[in-house]
Amino acid sequence: MVSTLTTNERLFALIISALVSICGLALAAVGRQDLLAAQGFIIMVFGLACVFAVAQGFYEPEPSKERLSSYYDDPIKVGIALAMAWAVFAMFIGVWIATLLAYPELTFDQGWASFGRLRPVHTTGVIFGFGGNALIATSFHVVQRTSRARMPDQLSPWFVLAGYNLFCLLAITGYLMGITQSKEYAEAEWYADIWLVIVWVTYFILYIRTIARRKEPHIYVANWYFMAFILVVAILHIVNNLAIPVSLGHAKSYTVWSGVQDAMVQWWYGHNAVAFFLTAGFLGMLYYYLPVRAQRPIFSYRLSILSFWGITFFYMWAGSHHLHYTALPQWVQTLGMTFSVMLLVPSWASAGNALLTLNGAWHRVRDDATLRFIMVAVVFYGLTTFEGSFLAIRPVNSLSHYTDWTVGHVHAGALGWVALIIFGSFYTLVPSLWKREHMYSALLVEVHFWLALVGTLVYVFAMWNSGIVQGLMWRTYTEEGTLAYSFVDSLVAMYPYYIARAFGGLLFLLGAIVGSYNIWMTIRATPLTSRREIDVPQSGAVVVPGE
Amino acid sequence: MEVEERDPVSGHRTTGHEWNGIKELDTPVPRGVLIFLVITHVFAVTWWFLMPTWPLGTTYTKGLLDVDQRAIVEQQLVDAAAERAPWIDRIERASFEEILPNEMLMSIVQSSGHQLFGDNCAACHGVDGRGSANYPDLTDDDWLWGGDVETVAETMRVGVNTEHPESRVAQMPSFGRDGLLNREQVNSVAAYVYSLSNPDYSTSENIDEIEAGREVFLTSCAACHGANARGNQDVGAPNLTDAYWIYGGDLQTIVTTVHGGRHGHMPTWDERLTNAEIKILALYVHSLRVEKP
Repeated sequence: MVSTLTTNERLFALIISALVSICGLALAAVGRQDLLAAQGFIIMVFGLACVFAVAQGFYEPEPSKERLSSYYDDPIKVGIALAMAWAVFAMFIGVWIATLLAYPELTFDQGWASFGRLRPVHTTGVIFGFGGNALIATSFHVVQRTSRARMPDQLSPWFVLAGYNLFCLLAITGYLMGITQSKEYAEAEWYADIWLVIVWVTYFILYIRTIARRKEPHIYVANWYFMAFILVVAILHIVNNLAIPVSLGHAKSYTVWSGVQDAMVQWWYGHNAVAFFLTAGFLGMLYYYLPVRAQRPIFSYRLSILSFWGITFFYMWAGSHHLHYTALPQWVQTLGMTFSVMLLVPSWASAGNALLTLNGAWHRVRDDATLRFIMVAVVFYGLTTFEGSFLAIRPVNSLSHYTDWTVGHVHAGALGWVALIIFGSFYTLVPSLWKREHMYSALLVEVHFWLALVGTLVYVFAMWNSGIVQGLMWRTYTEEGTLAYSFVDSLVAMYPYYIARAFGGLLFLLGAIVGSYNIWMTIRATPLTSRREIDVPQSGAVVVPGE
Repeated sequence: MEVEERDPVSGHRTTGHEWNGIKELDTPVPRGVLIFLVITHVFAVTWWFLMPTWPLGTTYTKGLLDVDQRAIVEQQLVDAAAERAPWIDRIERASFEEILPNEMLMSIVQSSGHQLFGDNCAACHGVDGRGSANYPDLTDDDWLWGGDVETVAETMRVGVNTEHPESRVAQMPSFGRDGLLNREQVNSVAAYVYSLSNPDYSTSENIDEIEAGREVFLTSCAACHGANARGNQDVGAPNLTDAYWIYGGDLQTIVTTVHGGRHGHMPTWDERLTNAEIKILALYVHSLRVEKP
């Protein structure tokens, strides 16, 4: 890794790592009366590990100039490995907390193992650990290929990747210790949030610089989506996490928003995190790996434009549909609902564009489990966006809100769309990145596909049933006009669905483990490809140097 | 770049762009998409006219239907109260003696009491009212403060050891920890109490200890639990001679209880539930008991 950095970059890497460890030491010192000390210690150890890693390769020979006529793929490889590691870890936590709902004694009387702490570990681990690393890795790959340009330097991608994973690590260890700012999907406290801003801005600048160096006249659709993802996530993250720490020596902070404004900002963030992290980013992934794997042109450029601007414009308004029938003024709810309805067609246009791209390649979908991963992901994407607009309609929401239906909806998106598109993309990317003939085992890809599909279906059907049963029980009245069921009655009715959900999640986890093994063996035990494909920025031409 | 390139499968032209092998077709947006797009927009705009939607500085467009979610909720609450009023009034006015034989009212008590009990009482006393460790069983005949319906309703209203001015107050002192009894006395009185509900325990071996315990009991415990240890519902002192125990009736737990004392708590429901709801719950709890074979 270090050997691919120039001497200057090695020096900068060393300085940045040292600064990080000094910051960690400082936090540990001023926060010694607080849990912040433990977090500072983690930062310090992380920084020192980076210092050692860089120092070890510091005096290795400079990389040759020839590297500049090839793409810079090393950080992508590490990103893929990290994504799969986070997937297995966070999905395991998911199965654990799913089981916890049916068998609450599985906390073993440990505070850190209570549902309230493990749940953000699961959500952060899956969304940011697995999804985020996959997005960073694939976006580095896609932007270089579709721009025919190497990333401008070797250090920023490593800074983004390592810095981002430090954020995830701080967030998750914090939750286990009981540190949280109690904002869903934004639980990490102020020091981690500030760090993520630094990392994310670097990511944005790196992306823009790479695109600025492109040798194609047009910017490809995938890059529109990746840029929207990076830019908007930065805005969302900064606004929602504006907070004032109790003191610089405490992990605890208080948000600057209060009351219903806080709720609105939180769900503006929460919904657009779904929109721009879990949708736009992964649409970027889809728009590259689908046509590559299917070997088909994108069905319609015009449809791409329509859906991109539709999604980016309408999504921004839809967050208030998370707050129907609350203290939020009704006019805001109406806007959230109607914009969610108008969002449906642009969303479906993306799904339709992807499925119609497969015309002429359906025989490949049948034979190739990797392409099938992508195809089924698109189907789940269409299903989930329809469901999202449907659940945003106020009267529907009055039945579904606060029930497991929402959980089912989220997992139809997270398992069916996000995870499947990642797996499909990774199975496409891994052999080409490591220059292997094929994946280690096509059979294991097939096994993974079926485990993932069946797991998702079991999970989603269990939660649909559970959610609708719950919603109906909560609104059933007796002839006398009193509630027919207590809350506990509805919990008892959930029991079989909770067991089914945990089983579905377990199947999905097993699939991720099979996938990790397959990727590992592809790297370790599959022969190099004999094909000499041209995978360089611009064949035979002089490349603008990175430095 | 060949602008006139056509895709052999669909017959559509490409846009002429290419990114690392990826091409795009210049297919027009399908008519169905446009129609569907128009439909959703017509729906949304119509909805804006009907409902409160756009902010106007200090106010907002109210919409042609003049819908207001707060007014709707208030009306729904009024309607729901009106629907329940006939039987709620009767339950509020009637005495327990009048309600108990009335089948119609008692069936309402059964159905609404189930939900009230599940949402307010079951967390401690269990869904079936059978209690759990440290929380009393409500289906048996053993009552701390009295088991008739009026008394149960009063216990719910004021609670036990609460901040309610009329709260029932009861505390068993920590005899061992506070030095009121020495270790030997704690052990012997526990043995005596244990023997009351376990006659087999009185063997020749420990008869002396039990006798000594009886002496301790009469001087230290009888004031509340009575000389016969059958308890006193006026002060919330439990009967120690039966098989019902809140904190556990094994010898070790009794030693723990005598040593450290007990200070149970039941919340007051005076302000959280209406008078009628408390009455319904008292009757419901009563019915849990009579249904027992």
